[in-house]
Amino acid sequence: MTGDPILNITIFLVIVVVTLLVVYRVSSRNTTTADYYAAGGAFSGMQNGVALSGDYLSAASFLGVAGFIAAHGYDGFLYSIGFLVAWLIPLLLLAERVRNVGRFTMGDVLSFRMRQRPVRAAAAYSTLVISSFYLLAQMSGAGVLVALLLDVRSTGGQALVIVGVGAIMIFYVLVGGMKGTTWVQIIKASLLLLCVLMLSVFILGKFGFSLSNLLDRAAANNAHGEAVFAPGTEYGESGTTKLDFVSLSLALVLGAGALPHVLMRFYTVPDAFQARRSVIAAIWAMVLFYLATLVIGYGASAIVGSAAIEAAPGGENSAVPLLAFEVGGAVLLAIVAAVAFTTILAVVAGLTLTASASFAHDVYANVLKHGRPKPGAELRVARITAVVIGCLSIAGGILALGQNVASLVALAFAIAASANLPTILYTLFWRRFNTTGSLFSMYGGLGSCLVLIVFSPVFSGTSTSIFEDVDFHLFPLSNPGIVSIPLSFLLGYLGTVLSAERADAGRSDQLEVRSVTGIGAR
Amino acid sequence: MTRMSSFTRAPESDYLVDPTGAPDFAALRAQPEFVALRRRIVRFVFPASALFLCWYLTYVLLAAYAPDLMAVRVFGSVNVGMLLGLSQFASTVLIMVLYSRFARRRMDPAVEALKERAGARR
Repeated sequence: MTGDPILNITIFLVIVVVTLLVVYRVSSRNTTTADYYAAGGAFSGMQNGVALSGDYLSAASFLGVAGFIAAHGYDGFLYSIGFLVAWLIPLLLLAERVRNVGRFTMGDVLSFRMRQRPVRAAAAYSTLVISSFYLLAQMSGAGVLVALLLDVRSTGGQALVIVGVGAIMIFYVLVGGMKGTTWVQIIKASLLLLCVLMLSVFILGKFGFSLSNLLDRAAANNAHGEAVFAPGTEYGESGTTKLDFVSLSLALVLGAGALPHVLMRFYTVPDAFQARRSVIAAIWAMVLFYLATLVIGYGASAIVGSAAIEAAPGGENSAVPLLAFEVGGAVLLAIVAAVAFTTILAVVAGLTLTASASFAHDVYANVLKHGRPKPGAELRVARITAVVIGCLSIAGGILALGQNVASLVALAFAIAASANLPTILYTLFWRRFNTTGSLFSMYGGLGSCLVLIVFSPVFSGTSTSIFEDVDFHLFPLSNPGIVSIPLSFLLGYLGTVLSAERADAGRSDQLEVRSVTGIGAR
Repeated sequence: MTRMSSFTRAPESDYLVDPTGAPDFAALRAQPEFVALRRRIVRFVFPASALFLCWYLTYVLLAAYAPDLMAVRVFGSVNVGMLLGLSQFASTVLIMVLYSRFARRRMDPAVEALKERAGARR
């Protein structure tokens, strides 16, 4: 990689120092669980919307999707469409109702009219599994990025950088709580949007603002040639890869709104109206972002060329940095690198906060202490959990160095769509739904997803598997969504109709009224 | 006929609160206004969700199983696939704008009225 590692590190450190100062300044009143989990519900819809897009647009979206488009053309575009369209589910079905019913975690909503302890425990387990998958992918991404942008090639050096990233992230979460983390997301998302918009306007300008012209040049410099205009370069090989692609698309579109760290964002605003505005702001931000990645992806193919991209360390992921260097020299490369790094930091902080909240609020306070923890104890447990999760993710990130775990993000979506979405929808819209149905759907979705993943090509049997030397794969698809999502809906239905149990009528009335109107919501 | 001053509130019996002053959720749920509001919402969000999911899945299936159709050029190097992809962006924005308008006009006022009667806005 060309560019100046010192300059890259300097600009990154400037951003880190600014965010640390902001986190420190806003954290003065971070003393109650409401502050730590939900920033006291004091953010506006607009602010939270930007933060939502920040939580969602991980480094995988920024470097991964644009790089995928640069290397494989249209197939990368398909990814970004799934990521975007998915947001209609929280807009239409979830955001306002989740805000009205719950207070801090997904477990609040799911257990509202069910037996508290088993449902909360299930919600917490699924939150922890999803967050871990997502965290691991982000942390190992940090390792790749380090090799690419800071020119740190030794394993020891990369491990050191992961430790540094983890330490900063733990600081954000411990000191800033939800408020600090939200501000980090706002700063990061603004920088990211600004960065991609400037890059794409520049690229469009270079090709005379003609999409057709840009596409022609992209095809001319791509090994796939004109095949980059149409789907199939990556997913079109065989019946299995096509079905795998359909499965992935299903998981993306149904999973996004059920990701625990996305759901938790809706509690940082005062009411359902602001929650709706959050999603609308986030969708606008993402429309701009994904249109920009399309231009940037094809632009990288046109300007840098797919051969140079594939040859660079980091492969596809290096497309955007290479493009930045071609377009704006070492300074722009340094800015892009710093933004990519900040992105990882912010996303990892959001995930850690969500996981620690779920453990402390659902498992500790409600399952272990029956909803009556000693004053201050829940917050202390949340902070300790954040440190533990932070350390585990550092260790996991180091162990995963050099492993191909990027696909874990897609799997996190599949688990969210299978374990969470059916239960959330049933709870909100189907009065007969009960505790047995909740547990069937959540454990069934989570279990079937995990089993299918273990026996999929992601784990074994191919050259890109985590264990490439053994082959115990039985399930042909890399993404389990197409099987596990319908299965989980079915299990939720069967569990409900097969058990005689009825959910509490008073709580059901309350949930129905509250989810629509917000009466009684806090 | 009593003259209503601007300070007059709805009569006490109109408030849907239980003896402790908390909202009476069972009574609220049975209110015709609530039933109508809930039905109105469900009738918007479920068809809208079904519509966009079908539209998205159609697009995905076309991309997976009819790549030749997607490769048909429309103008310059811009082909059917590119236009369909961009139309997914457009439909997402359209549904978002329509829902936002629906919520402002047909949901928010009814929610405010119900909140008033539940004593949430005193």
